[in-house]
Amino acid sequence: MLLAIENLVVERGARRVVDGLSFTVAAGEALVLVGPNGAGKTTVIRTVAGLIRPVSGSITLTGGDPERDLAAEAHYVGHLNALKPSLTVEENLRFWADYLGPGSPASVDEALAAFALEPLAMIPAGYLSAGQKRRACLARLVATPRPIWLLDEPTVSLDAASVALLAGRIAAHVAAGGLVLAATHIPLGLASERRLELGIAREAAA
Amino acid sequence: MSAFLTLLKRDLLLQVREGGAVGTALGFYLVVVALMPLGLGPDLNLLSRIAPGVLWIALLLAALLSLPRIFEADDEDGSLEVMATGDLPLELATAAKALAHWISTGIPLALLAPVLGILLNLDLAAYPVLVATMLAGTPAISFLGAVGAALTLRARRGGLLLALLVLPLYIPTLIFGIAAISAATGGPSGFTASFLILVAISLFSLVIGPLAAAAAIRFQTQ
Repeated sequence: MLLAIENLVVERGARRVVDGLSFTVAAGEALVLVGPNGAGKTTVIRTVAGLIRPVSGSITLTGGDPERDLAAEAHYVGHLNALKPSLTVEENLRFWADYLGPGSPASVDEALAAFALEPLAMIPAGYLSAGQKRRACLARLVATPRPIWLLDEPTVSLDAASVALLAGRIAAHVAAGGLVLAATHIPLGLASERRLELGIAREAAA
Repeated sequence: MSAFLTLLKRDLLLQVREGGAVGTALGFYLVVVALMPLGLGPDLNLLSRIAPGVLWIALLLAALLSLPRIFEADDEDGSLEVMATGDLPLELATAAKALAHWISTGIPLALLAPVLGILLNLDLAAYPVLVATMLAGTPAISFLGAVGAALTLRARRGGLLLALLVLPLYIPTLIFGIAAISAATGGPSGFTASFLILVAISLFSLVIGPLAAAAAIRFQTQ
């Protein structure tokens, strides 16, 4: 499985945010987008997730199930947590597991364990702290297996122990042949991560 | 299909847990209809003549109050964007949400209407027809309303704009809903024809509504 982005051009409000960006992410690889605020990290991830239509360029996924398009193969974790305050953590997670793909009770339990959420499982998400909400959001990645993870600032408001949990999960996902495209300021400490400097790439192209 | 039912179940569960919206719509309906006899005076003939129209118009306004909530909460917490990356096409996701709105708001409003009919001295023969036409007509309100809700999702003061966009689309439902009721109470038009057109409008919006709402959401989340 190979995710190839070629000559991607994206405009936001008449401003060219991404100009002629090309990169590839292969199976078993994690690519971390780095760059200053406004360099276009979020824009790139949202474009790959299919939420923004690029002006030109191509995003292709080869080697996957031909029946499923890129959006259906990818997990998108944005700035917002997509949790319902009146549902418990477990109910939130079970909903996403059922909605996004074949979810089983076992995978939901595994996802709760993966982000140390078992003590919080029965608590409505509205009562959680920001970091706990973020963990509940990330647990979605484990509850439904999908080969591509698109993570936009996944470590926001996580404490050091939780960042380590996330890094471990990403490492396991990559080792199992998954693809990870992440934008983050905090080093995830992965053994096999490639970094792509967005701001510099853009200035070089201009 | 299981994703469709999952979303439908979650939206209904949220309606139960968070309440509010349905109660507000029902309360608004009650108050508006109760104001009519107070404002128009105790002329029973007049009241029973205008009862179908008042019940339908007040129902449209009450349903309008609850429309923005179809997509608002899911947009604010980011759920809508995650849904857009699901296996389920966004068209079906919007259909599930509109259906949840109909079940949680449209049906209770339609069932409250005969109770409010008593306040307006509605002809006894009209009660079964009233409920039948409202159950047949309210899907159009939810599914066309979903289009308006999606279009005004990120507009500030979207509620007023929503009313301007959506109320004109409800005119056919209003005309044929009232025509069917007045036919049953000795009016000039035929009941069957009006009722069938009412059902046709609902079926039409069942198809068009989700497509247009999904297109509007894709545009808004760009």
